[in-house]
Amino acid sequence: MWEQIRANQTRSVVLTAGMGILLLLLGYFLGLYFFESGIGGLIIALIVWGLMSLVAYFQGDNILLAVSRARKISRDDHPQLYNVVEEMKIASGLEKMPDIYIIDDPALNAFATGRNPDKAAVTITSGLLAKLNRDELQGVIGHEISHIKNRDVLLMAMCAVMLGTIVILAWYATRVLFFSGMAGGRRSSGSGGGQGQIIILAVGILLMILAPIAAQLIYFAISRKREYLADASSALYTRYPEGLASALEKISASTAQLKSANQATAPMYTVNPFRKEGKPASNLTSTHPPISERIRILRAMSGASLSDYDQAYQQAKGGTGIAPASALALDGLAGGAALRAPSPEAKPVEEFPQKVERARETSDLMWRLNDYKTVNCTCGTKLRVPPRFKESTVRCPHCGRTNSV
Amino acid sequence: MVAVYIIIGIVAILLIFFIATYNGLIRLRNQLRNAWAQIDVQLKRRYDLIPNLIETVKGYMKYERATLEAVTKARNLAQSLASGDVGARSKAEGELSGALARLLAVAENYPDLKANQNFLALQEELTSTENKISFSRQYYNDSVLKLNNKAQMFPSNVVASMTGFKLGEFFEVTIAEEREAPKVDLT
Repeated sequence: MWEQIRANQTRSVVLTAGMGILLLLLGYFLGLYFFESGIGGLIIALIVWGLMSLVAYFQGDNILLAVSRARKISRDDHPQLYNVVEEMKIASGLEKMPDIYIIDDPALNAFATGRNPDKAAVTITSGLLAKLNRDELQGVIGHEISHIKNRDVLLMAMCAVMLGTIVILAWYATRVLFFSGMAGGRRSSGSGGGQGQIIILAVGILLMILAPIAAQLIYFAISRKREYLADASSALYTRYPEGLASALEKISASTAQLKSANQATAPMYTVNPFRKEGKPASNLTSTHPPISERIRILRAMSGASLSDYDQAYQQAKGGTGIAPASALALDGLAGGAALRAPSPEAKPVEEFPQKVERARETSDLMWRLNDYKTVNCTCGTKLRVPPRFKESTVRCPHCGRTNSV
Repeated sequence: MVAVYIIIGIVAILLIFFIATYNGLIRLRNQLRNAWAQIDVQLKRRYDLIPNLIETVKGYMKYERATLEAVTKARNLAQSLASGDVGARSKAEGELSGALARLLAVAENYPDLKANQNFLALQEELTSTENKISFSRQYYNDSVLKLNNKAQMFPSNVVASMTGFKLGEFFEVTIAEEREAPKVDLT
């Protein structure tokens, strides 16, 4: 069962490396275009990334906790919470008791911080604390503790920094390009490099547009994997998957948004903190797998070991007969993206509304590459039908109309 | 000359493998011992909590003397066996768990008691301690499994047998479902 954790970690490392390569490519081509030296761009990209990483590594938790206005509690403030955390600490074999923080917010969420297991902290909103019973609380805390135990916090922080660097570089480059273009083509008059110049420009622009999107897709992919793994570990620690499942159910029924979360910190929460007002949490998740999917997998577990989770996971992925057709179309693939267009928080640069369109096109392309059929419903919803979906009609989960595949 | 280098290389690789595996085994064994010590810590905590609990409930549960006495007796027996052999001890601890569960179940019938803040705090502490006991056992057993796997599987079993590594012993659970909060009422 421990091999699965390792296999998952290898995959995360590969994805992270992919993101790093993306960053270097972007730096190289931007450098090539702006200073006619790819190495220069590379170095600038590395410096920006290095600085941000250092800050994130040494000050990340403090910043995050301060931004979310969390207050540290002691055993006497909330004995039950303290006990539950200690229970999960024992079950996971963590050596040091993590600090516990509470955010006074009616939203239902929790997250883990700490660059290593010795400097870890668990944070939970007062809303969630009030709503969960002991078993459910245990499931949620188990999930957070396994983020610490599996060192997801550090991995995700480093990925977030890389994503941030890519976005910043692309954003500034776009700006500079735009303004220099307005000023009458400073570059074209100067060097007159001809074809090579044009190719570099084309590649540079392409990278500027695609890199942030690709980096985000990778980031979300890593994040979703870690979420599933943390669910599995939580079930393993508590030996009671139902606790986490029913906690997730309660969370998904709530529509309150966490005020103090932001884009970069989203993957650290138990569930995606950006849910549109009035919409159930299960629909708009991109950093997190659909909650319904997570609940279904947890409930399908025959035991509590990681391999049981894996089995349930594969069952849910295989999807024949387990889920109703509408649910299959909605989140047919485990960790599948939301049916509707990516949520607004997935767009770090708000100044470019066409980016939303571009992101949609890219993700459509990705789905098509995986043999997903697209069915347009009359209500405007795009349904993505997985290749193994056998029936001839599919019900739109949005308006309820039946569409033929 | 090349052959010599190759042999030296192979020996070096074997040596590194040996050291790494041995250290891994030691780490697992220490983890095991630590896990075992953790169980002890939680059991002791339970001994300490019980007199408080009895003191708190005594006034409310005048007609449950038998239940209270059973808990006290089981506690004293378990404590006296604490340094004894593992089998007898785990049996005594199991009985204590059972007696405590009965007491907490009976307490459900006393609304006054359930309104007592002191009792509620103690109940939470006891529930949590019971959980911690079973979680530390669970972690201990997970650690045993890891150590035994490593000590029995090729190639690390070679290192284990060369250094005379002993296998870990699983902690047998004597009570069927003790981690569940007591819900049964015994009539």
